[in-house]
Amino acid sequence: MLNYLWPIFIIISFVFAIISGNIENLNSSIFESIDSVISLSMTLVGTMCLWCGIMEVVKNTSIMSKLTKLLKPVILWLFPDAKYNKEALDNISINVVSNILGLGNAATPAGIKALESLKESSNDKLSLSDSMMMLIVLNTTSIELIPTTVIAIRQSLNSQNPASIIIPIWISTIIGTIVGILSTKFLIKRSKN
Amino acid sequence: MTFFSAMIIPIIISIVLFIGLKEKKNVYDIFVDGAKEGIKITLKLFPTMIGIFLAIYMLRSSGFIDFLVNIFSNVTKFFSIPSEVLPLILIKPISGSGSMAIATELMTKFGPDSNIGIIAATIMASSETTFYVIALYMSQAKVKNSRKIVIPALLADFASIISAIIFFNL
Repeated sequence: MLNYLWPIFIIISFVFAIISGNIENLNSSIFESIDSVISLSMTLVGTMCLWCGIMEVVKNTSIMSKLTKLLKPVILWLFPDAKYNKEALDNISINVVSNILGLGNAATPAGIKALESLKESSNDKLSLSDSMMMLIVLNTTSIELIPTTVIAIRQSLNSQNPASIIIPIWISTIIGTIVGILSTKFLIKRSKN
Repeated sequence: MTFFSAMIIPIIISIVLFIGLKEKKNVYDIFVDGAKEGIKITLKLFPTMIGIFLAIYMLRSSGFIDFLVNIFSNVTKFFSIPSEVLPLILIKPISGSGSMAIATELMTKFGPDSNIGIIAATIMASSETTFYVIALYMSQAKVKNSRKIVIPALLADFASIISAIIFFNL
C-alpha cells in the first residue's frame, strides 16, 4: 500500500505547494526532514541501547516468570474460556508481560502462539473465539511501562524533563485498555444473547 | 508529580539490577551484550524514517495538511480536539512511523513541553498501530468472521486520545 501512498503524498505536496505558493517552504522541508531524522536517530540509538541492555538483564533473571505469576488472576478473568488451555495461558502471559516491558520482539511470537492454541481449542473454526478477540484487542491497546521512543523524541527536542510524559501516557493507555476490555466483554455478551 | 515521574526510570533500573545481583548474574556483561540490540533496531528503522518523515514534512510545508485540518475544523471543535493534532489522530491507527513523524513535527513546531506537544506525545505512545496489529493477528488466525473486532479496538484508541486531551485541557 505504501508503494502507492508514499509517492502520491509527495506528488500531492508538490502540486499543492505550486498552487498555494509554498514551493520555497517545500524545498527547505525536504532537508529539514532529513535533519530531523538524523538528530532523532542519534538520541534514539542511545535510549534504545540503554533500554535493550536493561531488558536483557530482565530476560536473564526470574523477573519475567514472577510477573507472569502475578498477572495470572487478571489473565484468568480476561480469558475465562481458556481456563484449561495451559499452553495458551502461558503464551498469553508472556505476550502481556513482554508488551508491558516493551519487548516487542518477544511479545509478537508469544501472541501468535497463543492465538494458534486458542484456535485449536475453539469449536467454531470460522470465527474468532472470545479469548482470541480479547487477545487481539489487548495487543492493540498495549500498556508500555517505559515509552522509550517518545522519551527519545522529547529528549532530542530539548524537553525540560523528557520522562515526565510517562504518567500522562500511563493514564491514557490504562483508560484506553479498560475501554477496550469492557467493550470487548460487552460485544461477547451481546453475541451470546 | 514531577518528583514521582523522576523516580520511575531510576527505580526500575535499580530494581532490575538488584535482582540480577541477587540471582548472581554477570549483570554488566549481560547489559552490554543486550545494548547492542539497540543499534540494530535503530539502524533498521532509519530508512523507513527517512522516507516517512520526507512525505509528512512535504505534506505539511506545502500547506496540504492545514488545508485538510481546516475542512474538518467543525468536527474537531465539536469534540474540543485541538485541530493541530487531527492529522496525528487520523494516521495513528494505520501507521506507526507515520504517527511518529507527525508527532515529531508537532513537537518541533510547538515545543515538546507545550500543551500540543504533550498531547501529541501522549497520543503517539498511548496505543499500538491498531490496524497493523489486527491485520497481523487476523492473517494468522485464518478465520472468516472477525466478530467486529475493529469496534472495541478503535473505541479503545478513541478513549485514550480523548482522555489525553481532557487531561491537558483541565
